[in-house]
Amino acid sequence: MSTIHYEDRVVTAFTYCAVFWALVGMVAGVYVAAELVWPTIDFGLPQLSFGRLRTAHTNLVLFGFGVSALIGTAFYSVQRTSHVRLFAPGLAWAVFYAWQAAIVLGAASILAGWNAGKEYAELEWPFDIAITLAWVGFAVVFFGTIATRKIESIYISNWFYGALIIVVAMLHIVNSLALPATLGKSYSLFAGAQDAVVQWWYGHNAVGFLLTGGFLGMLYYFLPKQAEQPIWSYRLSIVAFWAFVYTYIWAGPHHLHYHAIPEWLQSLGMVMSLILLAPSWATMVNGIMTVSGAAKKLKTDPALKFIVLALAFYGLATFEGPMLAIKSVNVFSHFTEWTIGHVHSGALGWNALITFGTFYFLVPRLAGRPLYSARLANIHFWLALAGTMLYILAMWGAGVSQGVLWLSLDELGEVRFSFNEVMAAMRPYYILRFIAGLLFLAGAVLMAWNLAKTFAGRQTVVAMPPAIAAGVRA
Amino acid sequence: MNWMSLHRRLERNTGLLIFGILVVSSIGGMVQLLPIVSDDSHAHPAAGLAVYSALELEGRDIYIRESCGTCHTQQIRPLLAEVKRYGPYSGAGEFAYDRPFLWGSKRTGPDLHRIGGRYSDTWHRLHLLDPRAVVPESIMPAYPWLERNAADRGGSIQARLQTLVKLGHPYSAEDIAAAPAALAGKTELDAVVAYLQSMGRHPQATVHP
Repeated sequence: MSTIHYEDRVVTAFTYCAVFWALVGMVAGVYVAAELVWPTIDFGLPQLSFGRLRTAHTNLVLFGFGVSALIGTAFYSVQRTSHVRLFAPGLAWAVFYAWQAAIVLGAASILAGWNAGKEYAELEWPFDIAITLAWVGFAVVFFGTIATRKIESIYISNWFYGALIIVVAMLHIVNSLALPATLGKSYSLFAGAQDAVVQWWYGHNAVGFLLTGGFLGMLYYFLPKQAEQPIWSYRLSIVAFWAFVYTYIWAGPHHLHYHAIPEWLQSLGMVMSLILLAPSWATMVNGIMTVSGAAKKLKTDPALKFIVLALAFYGLATFEGPMLAIKSVNVFSHFTEWTIGHVHSGALGWNALITFGTFYFLVPRLAGRPLYSARLANIHFWLALAGTMLYILAMWGAGVSQGVLWLSLDELGEVRFSFNEVMAAMRPYYILRFIAGLLFLAGAVLMAWNLAKTFAGRQTVVAMPPAIAAGVRA
Repeated sequence: MNWMSLHRRLERNTGLLIFGILVVSSIGGMVQLLPIVSDDSHAHPAAGLAVYSALELEGRDIYIRESCGTCHTQQIRPLLAEVKRYGPYSGAGEFAYDRPFLWGSKRTGPDLHRIGGRYSDTWHRLHLLDPRAVVPESIMPAYPWLERNAADRGGSIQARLQTLVKLGHPYSAEDIAAAPAALAGKTELDAVVAYLQSMGRHPQATVHP
């Protein structure tokens, strides 16, 4: 009989914060969506101005909500797949406080006007250093737990979480290389076209290894757990994992089609983006086949419904991505709202939904009591689905219109529509997108309430590794 | 199967797994980044390209502070409709002094790469202070605080220019010495307008169709 117990309080803390940042980040998102319909609601305040607030929105949802959820679930699952207590729990708490402080101060710094000017890497150099240190702490706790494991094999979910840690560290350090001029201002070590190529190697693969790879780690642990089925194919997992790690990194240049970078780089980025469809869908097939044995539970269980719907949106977004990377499609979609729709089919449909499903699984276990209301969770499910669909459809409509109207020429070979005419035609789509955001946010508020009520009556939970004989390391 | 037993070794050894991920994920980046970053021709200034003046640089840093690049691109693609709408397509040599690059990824508003000289300073001032006064259908935010704030409030213009010198931008000692005087009495609005008027007005532009 084992005497060790898992360190779950830090998991609980990350879960609380992830839900909090989800709400704050989505409120900011809905607000900037409203500003595109009613441009004067910033009231002349720089902190509410669209540029700053939209930048705060992406940072809050990506690094506040997304990364808090990833670190929390990584700490939860790595203990259970290793049968040991978290390595260096004190360091895990330090990572927690450092990360949350970085989000609070980082968001405040963006609203105050500190901005490094690179997309999804706007935080200035003091934050870049703080984030790197916190990330190293995350790596030590995570890989330390794996290194001290009692189970012979490292489970699949940990490969993905591990790839998240390693590759994001590499991307972040290279892309953030800059020379500081003052405390709040630095200049990139790379200039112009070189900077662009480095930035989209970072930008695309932050999506790849954080929003795809990291959340696939979540999928590989929580989907089989909640479906009570083993992963359908172990062999497919291996192939899909290494193909994913190898291929994703090549696809960045598709963000720079027809830009002032070499042609060979654009073509290479396009071809590798198309190849990327194979490992992406291999994982989707593996997930869907895993859940196919749990059809009965899928009808009633809200957590499983969220995770399976997330898998469907994952399949949609990873199909749409390679299509948008084809140069002749990209010529229409680039710079349009279609890009925003594509991002949100991934961010809402895949990342947020799988996290919601995981939290509906996780919180009752952390609290030691059943979910407060399965009915509220089901209402949340339909609000989230309706919000995501409306969002994507509105942005498809807007994006395709922009793409076609901008490039349309009249019989004399002149542009047919002025930029302002096309911009004014976007208003109905922007209103629909605002409503979609409200629906999605309303669902998230229901979830926060539901989880808070579940936590309110919590029991002291001491979780221990189960006693097993096979596959244990000497 | 042989490769399965090979993988068994990998998935039982933490160090080997970390090493494997590092190697496999680095290949694509090395093939794509190293040739670009090591080839100076991609960062070579186009003939006659000037560095940003102190006032223009201040304007550019404000443009970054306000995240103008969220809605405005600075990249004209070599497509007939774009060249007709915005002017000659963008060349890599025009961005040699852009740290960071500001090509953007989304056109909620129009592209700005060749905005310089298209409108008067007065138009830009009116437009930045109240966009709907000159473009009724505009959804751009108003920037009233640019007029209230003095340029270079932090007094860091010389530190910024010196940093850029370290990165290879050809500012002379006289340029740096004269910078505070060049910004004296100017507002942030003056700086942003100066930056906008500097954009894309470059000799190379005339080479293209």
